[in-house]
Amino acid sequence: MATSLIRGVTGWINAHPLMSFVVFFSVFPLWLPSTALATQILIFGLFALGFNLLYGYTGILSFGHAAYYGLGAYGTGIALAKLGLGSIWLGLACGLAAALVGGVIIGFFCLRRRGIYFAMLTLAFAQLLYFIGFHLADLTGGDDGLRGIPQLRVGLPGFSVSIESSFAFYYFSFVLVALAVAGLTRILGSPFGAILRAIRENSERAAACGYDISRAKLLSFVFSAMFTGLAGSLDALRLTVVPIESLYWTTSGQVVIMTLLGGAGTFLGPFVGAAAFLALEYRLSLITESWPLVIGVIFSAFVLFLPKGIWGTLTGGRHGHQSA
Amino acid sequence: MLDIPLSVLAAQVFTGLVLGMIFVLLAIGLSLIFGLMTVVNFAHGSFYMLGAYFGFFLLGFTKSFWAALFLAPLMVGCLGLLIERFLIRRLYGRSPDDPLLLTFGLSLILIETVRLVWGKIGLTLSPPPLLAKAVNLGFMVFPTYRLFVLGATIVVLIGLWLFLERTNVGLIIRAGSRDALMVRALGIDLGRIWLLVFGIGSALAGLAGILAGPMRGVYAEMGVNVVIESFVVVVVGGMGSLVGAIVAGVLLGQVVGLTTFFAPKLTEISIFVVMAVVLLVRPSGLFGETGLME
Amino acid sequence: MNRRSFLAGTSAAVATAAFPAVLRAQAKDPIRIGFPLPLTGPFGALAADMQRGGQLAVDELNAKGGVLGRRVECLFRDDQLKPAVGAQRTKELIENDKVQFVVGGLAAHVQMAINEQTKKSKVLFVSCSQSDEISAKPDTSPITFHEALNPTITCRIMGKWAAENLGKKWWIVYADYAWGKQCNNVLTETLKKNGGTLLGATPYPLGSAEFSAHLPKIQAAKPDVLMNVAPGADNIALHKQVASFGMRKDMKMAQPLLWISYLKEGGAELYEDVYGLINWYWELQDTIPSAKKFVEGSMRKFNIPPGDYGAYAYSGVLEVARGVELAKSTDSEAVANALRKNPVYNHFKGKQWWRSCDNKSFQDAWIVKGRGPGKVKGEWDLMDIVSKVSGNEEQDRTCAEKGLA
Repeated sequence: MATSLIRGVTGWINAHPLMSFVVFFSVFPLWLPSTALATQILIFGLFALGFNLLYGYTGILSFGHAAYYGLGAYGTGIALAKLGLGSIWLGLACGLAAALVGGVIIGFFCLRRRGIYFAMLTLAFAQLLYFIGFHLADLTGGDDGLRGIPQLRVGLPGFSVSIESSFAFYYFSFVLVALAVAGLTRILGSPFGAILRAIRENSERAAACGYDISRAKLLSFVFSAMFTGLAGSLDALRLTVVPIESLYWTTSGQVVIMTLLGGAGTFLGPFVGAAAFLALEYRLSLITESWPLVIGVIFSAFVLFLPKGIWGTLTGGRHGHQSA
Repeated sequence: MLDIPLSVLAAQVFTGLVLGMIFVLLAIGLSLIFGLMTVVNFAHGSFYMLGAYFGFFLLGFTKSFWAALFLAPLMVGCLGLLIERFLIRRLYGRSPDDPLLLTFGLSLILIETVRLVWGKIGLTLSPPPLLAKAVNLGFMVFPTYRLFVLGATIVVLIGLWLFLERTNVGLIIRAGSRDALMVRALGIDLGRIWLLVFGIGSALAGLAGILAGPMRGVYAEMGVNVVIESFVVVVVGGMGSLVGAIVAGVLLGQVVGLTTFFAPKLTEISIFVVMAVVLLVRPSGLFGETGLME
Repeated sequence: MNRRSFLAGTSAAVATAAFPAVLRAQAKDPIRIGFPLPLTGPFGALAADMQRGGQLAVDELNAKGGVLGRRVECLFRDDQLKPAVGAQRTKELIENDKVQFVVGGLAAHVQMAINEQTKKSKVLFVSCSQSDEISAKPDTSPITFHEALNPTITCRIMGKWAAENLGKKWWIVYADYAWGKQCNNVLTETLKKNGGTLLGATPYPLGSAEFSAHLPKIQAAKPDVLMNVAPGADNIALHKQVASFGMRKDMKMAQPLLWISYLKEGGAELYEDVYGLINWYWELQDTIPSAKKFVEGSMRKFNIPPGDYGAYAYSGVLEVARGVELAKSTDSEAVANALRKNPVYNHFKGKQWWRSCDNKSFQDAWIVKGRGPGKVKGEWDLMDIVSKVSGNEEQDRTCAEKGLA
């Protein structure tokens, strides 16, 4: 009885992802005692959401997603801190544009290959960006990170809102992430979304059906980069610094863990995964210095026994894919 | 470029050669596992690290470097066997990314366990006094120990070649890399072979670790950069190709050596640039076969 | 597995992310000091030393009845050596745990991110990290204090001493990141000022323990002194490889900072006659009474003598306490002003003081060298003290040079 109740609830949530997202996250900071953690979950959830579009829905594993997160963060950071553009919207637009351009260029080169070669190429490009960011210290702050991102007010028609308080910043991010989630539901619900899933299942067959899978893959890649970039931009505003590690492969690894923990190929899995990982990290690091061991065990256990992830298992989602 | 004395350039090239052979030693274990099992072994760097730590332990236990050198890779190999048999084997038939993800998780576990057992401060692994000297090669003074590593790598490569080319098991392994389905159809149980290959691959990584320990120190993070470098070498050479691993290792050794000499700030990115260029020109690396690991 | 138990488990996991401390509803709230530090990762041993130093300071303060009659507590949080995590933990410390002050940060890039958060929330921050930027524009602020040495100070002192005592022809191998580059610049400048020649300086990628490709060039150049500007495990690897190439007999080895953890990890033989600078070494207890008290306290509590970073942490926490006592308040701005008005202090090694334009701590430092294996008797007596260098504001950049005149 409990099982069918859970199935019912999760089934409804799955059928109405946008509404569920809005309902849950609009009240999230009201009951979670740490607004800082709530905001972190929201933003990393978006990061994982972007990654999941490529991995869980299109079936393509990238090792270099830190590149777009970093491009979004540096784009926004440089626009606001170095170029002095006085508007948050302009800052966000710059970040998004940087991630978009990065996605197009890197996707164009990397998608010429498949499987592990593709993955290693994405890693190479991400490391290249890291290297550039590291050494162009006058522009990016180098390995000390980009500091001095101003805390601007959000300009709206007629008035401006301060997002200095943790609470206000959370809701600002919430609105933007909700828009991204809405965008993703549209993408996945469209015929294009169906093509992506077809590619995930069997790309040769999809091609045989007459779809332009190269174009579809590139589009998916670029969309994924943009969602990820938005997460980076928001984080730049949140921390008022952009650390160089944003572009490093360990950041790419983190998003893979979160997506897998939550459930690749499920819509809300990324948010569940981000929440689980970040909450665990926060809690565990208070208890023991060997918390990476616990995380490693949990992660490995998931891969072995619960490959669908938390949300995937709860909703009876799908597992696995043929690599595209 | 012209006013560099030839001896210095020769010294740099020779150093790069030995560095390249270390890359080769690291890469062959990884390539072997890829080639046959199409498993991306992220725990490779951790096996390397364990080789060094087990070596330290055995050195303290037996007081003989040679005993440690022989036994440490065996210990790592046994661990590899256990991991394949009880963990990775469960993942066959599932998504091809799963072994990659699992070995990634395992590497987190292994690194942290080592810190718990041996502490946060690194350890010192001393080479035997016989090898702890430097020899004058004429154009430079070179550590005897590195020459030993060079020799050991060559011996291992010859042994591996003989194993693969001249034994029945080697034949099955080579056939299995080409066409696993066919080999099974011929009635051969690939499961035991995979177990063996994973064990050999991990043992090779462990051997690389204990050989590297006296040169670079022994510490928990030592495998982290190494695994990325090894991947680059294997990908450049072509997954599953041992010849490719050798050529790529030597090539990348020279790339690193010469970049350090002429443009040291670019050293970090040099191997990634080479990899990107190679992959964009030859889709499966220098010697890889199209269709494998795609 | 039962999905129901899973759902329960998942929500429990998120719910238990609730911040742990229940605010004590007692008459006087304790004074809370947030302390982010890299407990996990390659500098875990140094962080453990820092934690011991901070904890020792807290215990000593509480044994004397606390500060302004209130208990003091240090909330240690793992920053994983990552700026984003350091910033997040600092945010949580300030918002959820309501700390009034922050001390700590080991890695320079992490403390920058911590500093952004403390500046934003107007919380006093005492940094224990080696960084030139933290005490200069645009990063510094009236409530940003810097307890530790920085590359400029370290390299000016070590550079001068090495040029005068070890040799005039140098080669520098440095890690290609902020600290390494700053050290390289200052060492080069100092060497020139002291009539020396730089034969060459080669950067290497931080974290790469393979130096063989650098050595043929150095061998050919034949410098008197090799400056090892590599941190952590790289430092040890470079020494090992230089020794294995037979280069030790022709060159002196020196480095800007000689942490005791290097000697513990690399061994007395490897570091024999390697020269470096240090802010603190426990054998100073033989000549300084307050040092003796410090060392005894640490031995009693932990059975480990305090190391360099432990000393920074100890001093940092005690300075916060001193500022609170002086200001009779826990308001960060008031404490900062009080410290600037009463800048001189001496907790364990001699006179230290805050320079008012940049809140930089000036202090004594010591040139040390590794004691050879033959002379090492115990577990920790690993260094010989060669010379003391008194603190002097000329060791750092001027206020004007930092943009703060």
